[in-house]
Amino acid sequence: MNASQIAVALWTLVVKEIKRFTRIWPQTLLPPSITMTMYFIIFGNLIGSRIGEMDGQSYMDFIVPGLIMMSVITNSYSNVASSFFSNKFQRSVEEMMVSPMPNWVILAGFVLGGMARGLGVGIIVTGVSLFFTRIQVAHPLLTIGVVVLTAALFAIGGFINALLGKKFDDISIVPTFVLTPLTYLGGVFYSISLLPTFWQAASMLNPILYMVNVFRYGFLGVSDIPVGWALLAVFGFIVVLFAIALWMLERGKGIRT
Amino acid sequence: MAEPALSIRGLTKVYGNGFQALKGIDLDVQQGDFYALLGPNGAGKSTTLGVVCSLVQKTAGKVKIFGIDIDEDFAKAKYHLGVVPQEFNFNQFEKVIDIVLAQAGYYGMPRREALPRAESLLRDLSLWDKRNGAARNLSGGMKRRLMIARALMHRPKLLILDEPTAGVDIELRRSMWEYMQRINRDEGTTIILTTHYLEEAESLCRNVGIINRGEIVRNTSVRELLAELDTETFLLDLAAPIEQAPVIEGFEVQRVDAAQLSVMVHRGQRLNDVFDALHREGIEVMSMRNRANRLEEMFVSMVEQGSKKEIQG
Repeated sequence: MNASQIAVALWTLVVKEIKRFTRIWPQTLLPPSITMTMYFIIFGNLIGSRIGEMDGQSYMDFIVPGLIMMSVITNSYSNVASSFFSNKFQRSVEEMMVSPMPNWVILAGFVLGGMARGLGVGIIVTGVSLFFTRIQVAHPLLTIGVVVLTAALFAIGGFINALLGKKFDDISIVPTFVLTPLTYLGGVFYSISLLPTFWQAASMLNPILYMVNVFRYGFLGVSDIPVGWALLAVFGFIVVLFAIALWMLERGKGIRT
Repeated sequence: MAEPALSIRGLTKVYGNGFQALKGIDLDVQQGDFYALLGPNGAGKSTTLGVVCSLVQKTAGKVKIFGIDIDEDFAKAKYHLGVVPQEFNFNQFEKVIDIVLAQAGYYGMPRREALPRAESLLRDLSLWDKRNGAARNLSGGMKRRLMIARALMHRPKLLILDEPTAGVDIELRRSMWEYMQRINRDEGTTIILTTHYLEEAESLCRNVGIINRGEIVRNTSVRELLAELDTETFLLDLAAPIEQAPVIEGFEVQRVDAAQLSVMVHRGQRLNDVFDALHREGIEVMSMRNRANRLEEMFVSMVEQGSKKEIQG
């Protein structure tokens, strides 16, 4: 395929993915907005007012970046995992496999679709947070950069999950037993400086901690960890996971017999 | 001589559980042909076509589509290929028009070219009025036609139809036959068809390959294959009921019921002899038809011979 044909194929796939999650918005866009509103009311307003400051910020201001990031992570991941797995389940993935579209375009199309949902939900949650606090962004470019990279990383993760999944249960295992605990332990609700030394060191093994902290740094200008290293780590993860996902597609893992 | 539309050499497929689905098959389908690939369930038809379409990974062998080796440039080969699979494989929740337009997009066809093409195909296949409805609301026959429209969006030179009329009523099946014959005749599209309706293969196809237990057991023209048919069985509807079947020398005659006889006729025997004998017995024949499709008789006998050999071996 030449460059313009590839652009048409990629655009087709991305638009199709965006149409999919907007068509079922009560399942994809509404629930995270409601859940995050609950977090803002319960943790931010009711409990947060008794906690006081965290890292020199009001507790509400402290948790807003983490909650936005949490919704971006879970939605980017679950969009690609459920969409690609549904394509496998309904065998509509064969439409793409019999076409001359290169595998990297298939991967990029689903990842961009997942990013669109993750970032879309992130924007909605940011809008909801404005009812509770006044957001100030200390480093806008960094904020946008890290949220885009994070959405990409977890969208790729969702793609790998969908390739490996054999039944619908398989695509909920990782979000339930891996993503959610890592997100909760990734400094969304607390600063790791509150933890004992051992658990601070243990937390440094959690990749989500880096993303949440860089994102929070973009908003508030405070972070528990060096921002440069965190960005490098996220970028490194994207390159490695993209390569793994592409290798799996080339080998037909989970989609060819 | 032009490159075959499809050329397969030594194609082997061994699944992960050790089952050898294809045992080194060789097959050529010439450009412009209407070719039937026949075989019982599990013979290897869908596996063969799956390899050609990139849905199944081959273990060994060479596959060329219009001379393009799929191991060297599968993407280029895929441009020539349209596939209508056995099972519905589109997103049932999408609109009909979106399904065909997306397929065009996957082939890099811009929307301004895809829209008129989609309209033309959906009109030809009587789906235009349903274009804005979700695919899940279509009838079974409409879903099959949708898959044909989708496969033709990028104007493939080789169309693979894996049981395209399964579960389709006879009226619709005939209209689909006419459509397939038209694109084969008018547009020169090479068509490879697998089907369980052997009358379909006999009516539509010029050449036929019979695959059994992962091996091509015959690859010839339908005409030549039918010429090899040794016996044909006819059913005769009688004007009046009879108590028992008459004895006609040289023919095997059986009473099916009071008003019907079956007569087995070997090659070289004359049907007139049967009618003369029945006339002498005072039996009037109102109508006559083949007991089974001729190709079906041939096919069953070949598959049975294959099974016997395997048991003896």
